[in-house]
Amino acid sequence: MADINKYRDKFPDKNPDGTNIIDMESQKFIKIWQGPQHPGITGNMSLELIMQGDEVLECKTHVGYLHRGFEKLMERRLFIQNFPLCVRIAVPEPDFNEYCYAATLEELAGIKIPDAAEWMRTLILEMSRLTSFLMHLGGQAGAFGLGVVAQWSNYVRDLMLDRFEEISGGRIYRMHMPPGGVRGLTPDGFEARMEETLRTIESTMRDIDKTMFDNAIFKRRTVGLGYIDPAMVDEYGVTGPNARAAGIPKDVRKDYPYLKYPELDFDVITATESDVYTRTVLRREEILLSVDLIRQIMVKMPKSGEYMAKMPNVLHWKIPKGETYIRAECTRGEYGYYTVTDGSGYPRRVNVRGPSYTHAVALMERLAIDCNIADTAGLMLSLHTYPPEIER
Amino acid sequence: MKALIKRLKQKFNISDPMYQRDNEVFITVKKEDAVSFITHMNKVEGFTHLVLLTAVDWLEDGKFQLTYLLNNNMEKMDVGVQVFLDREQAEMESIHHLWKQAPTYQRELKEMFGIDFPGSPRIDEPFILEGWQEIPPYRRDFDTKAYTEETYFPRPGRKTHDPAEYMKQKLYPEE
Repeated sequence: MADINKYRDKFPDKNPDGTNIIDMESQKFIKIWQGPQHPGITGNMSLELIMQGDEVLECKTHVGYLHRGFEKLMERRLFIQNFPLCVRIAVPEPDFNEYCYAATLEELAGIKIPDAAEWMRTLILEMSRLTSFLMHLGGQAGAFGLGVVAQWSNYVRDLMLDRFEEISGGRIYRMHMPPGGVRGLTPDGFEARMEETLRTIESTMRDIDKTMFDNAIFKRRTVGLGYIDPAMVDEYGVTGPNARAAGIPKDVRKDYPYLKYPELDFDVITATESDVYTRTVLRREEILLSVDLIRQIMVKMPKSGEYMAKMPNVLHWKIPKGETYIRAECTRGEYGYYTVTDGSGYPRRVNVRGPSYTHAVALMERLAIDCNIADTAGLMLSLHTYPPEIER
Repeated sequence: MKALIKRLKQKFNISDPMYQRDNEVFITVKKEDAVSFITHMNKVEGFTHLVLLTAVDWLEDGKFQLTYLLNNNMEKMDVGVQVFLDREQAEMESIHHLWKQAPTYQRELKEMFGIDFPGSPRIDEPFILEGWQEIPPYRRDFDTKAYTEETYFPRPGRKTHDPAEYMKQKLYPEE
C-alpha cells in the first residue's frame, strides 16, 4: 500500500499521535457526504469524507438508515416465526440467512435433515450466489460509467429469478429452507430450463468480457486502486473474494464443508494483485464457477424423495440450552449465525455475522485514504457490501 | 483441539470446555484474564481471525455474557471465549490493539447493551442509533412492543391478528 504520508509529511499538520489536524474553518478542507441517497453508495449508508482538493484525507462510515432491530425482534418470536423474518437482513442474497438460522437450530435441537433437502439447499445457495454476483457486477461496472453492463447482468439475473420462482414461488425472498429441510424439490422440466438460463449467462459473460474487462478506461481506473495488503486480511477481518484476491485462499465451502459441497469438484479461486480490477475479475471467475457448480448439482441431486425431517409441533417447539455458530460462504465472504438457546420456545440471542460489518466500516475507512473522490464509489463497490447486514 | 485445551489449561484459569462440534468449543474465562487470554490465542495459538464479538443478556442472573469467537483457519478450529460481566458494572477491557475491526463491535455493544470499553477508539460516537434517550435497546428489559406503542400512535383502521393463532389454524387445525 502506498505510504499515506509520502506526499503529506508537511500538510496537513499532524497531532503528536500522527492524526491529521483538520480545521474546517480554515477553508483548506471540504467535507462531502457520499450517501445515504447517492448512486455511488451500496444501499443506504453514507461515507463522511474529509477532502483536500479532490483527494480523501479521512473517511468515516455511517450506518443506521436501515436498522430494524432484527436480532432483538427474533428474541420475542417463536423459532418458526423468525424463519420469514431473518431473510430480510440481506435483500439481494437472503438465502444465507435462512440456511444459517435453520442450521443452528437443527444442530442445537439434534435434527438431521434428509439427503434431498441438503442437495436442494446447496442448489439454492449456489443460485443465490450467482444472482448476487451478477447484480454486483452491474453495480461495479456502473460505478465506472459502464451502465450497459448493469442492464445485461441484471437481465440474466432476472432469468435466474424466474428459476427461483419455479422452485419456491418467490423471486426475491425465496423462504424455501425452514428448519427441518426445504419446502419442495425441483418441478418437472426444471433441469432443461436451468441449462438454458446458464447458457444465456455464459453468453452474456462473453459480451461483458469485451465491454468491461477488455475496456481500456475500466482497466486504467481500477488497476492499482484499493489495494488490500495480505497482512490486512486477518487484521481487518477480511473474508471472501476480498481476501482471495489478496492471495489468501479462504473459502468456507472448502475450509468448513457444509451441505453437499464436499461432493462437488471445484478449486478455490485466488489472485494476487488485490486491487479493484483483480477483485472484479475474481468475481467474474466466481460467476463461471457457480454456473459449473449448479450443473454438477443438477446432475447429482435426487429428483424425488423425502425433503423434510419429522418436526415437532413448531408452535410449542422448545430447544435445549446451548449455543453454536454456523457459517457459510456468501458472495461477500463469511456469513454466520451465532445462536444461543435457553430451553424455552424463543431464542435467547441471535447474532448475525455479515462480512460487510468489517469490510464497509474498518476496511473502507482505511482504503479510502488517499483515494480520488471520483474513485470512492468504485472502491466501495469493489468491497461488495450490503448495509443491512451491518446494522441488522 | 484436545491438545490445545490441555495447553491452555496449563497456562490459564479456564472453565471446562463445552464442545459443540469437534472443531468448535466454548470456554469461560474470568474478566481480568480475558484480554491476556485472547492475546495469547491470537499471537501464540494462531487464532488470528476475530469472527465476531457479541453479548448475551442473562437478565435473571444479573450478568452479561460477552462472546469473542476466534478462528484458526490453518487448523480449522473455532474457540468461543465467554466472559461474564456484572450487569450493574458493565465494563470490559478493550481489544482494539489486536484487531482493527474490534472498535466497531465495541461501539455497537456500548450503544446496544450499554457495555463500556474504556479507551476503545470512537467508543462514545453513535453507531446505529441517533439521539437515543432510552435504556440500551438490546437489553432484555427494554420492551420493543411497549416502546413502539408509546412512541408511534396506532393508524386508524389497522387490524392486528395474533400470528400464533393464525399459524395454529393453518398448521394444526385438528388441535
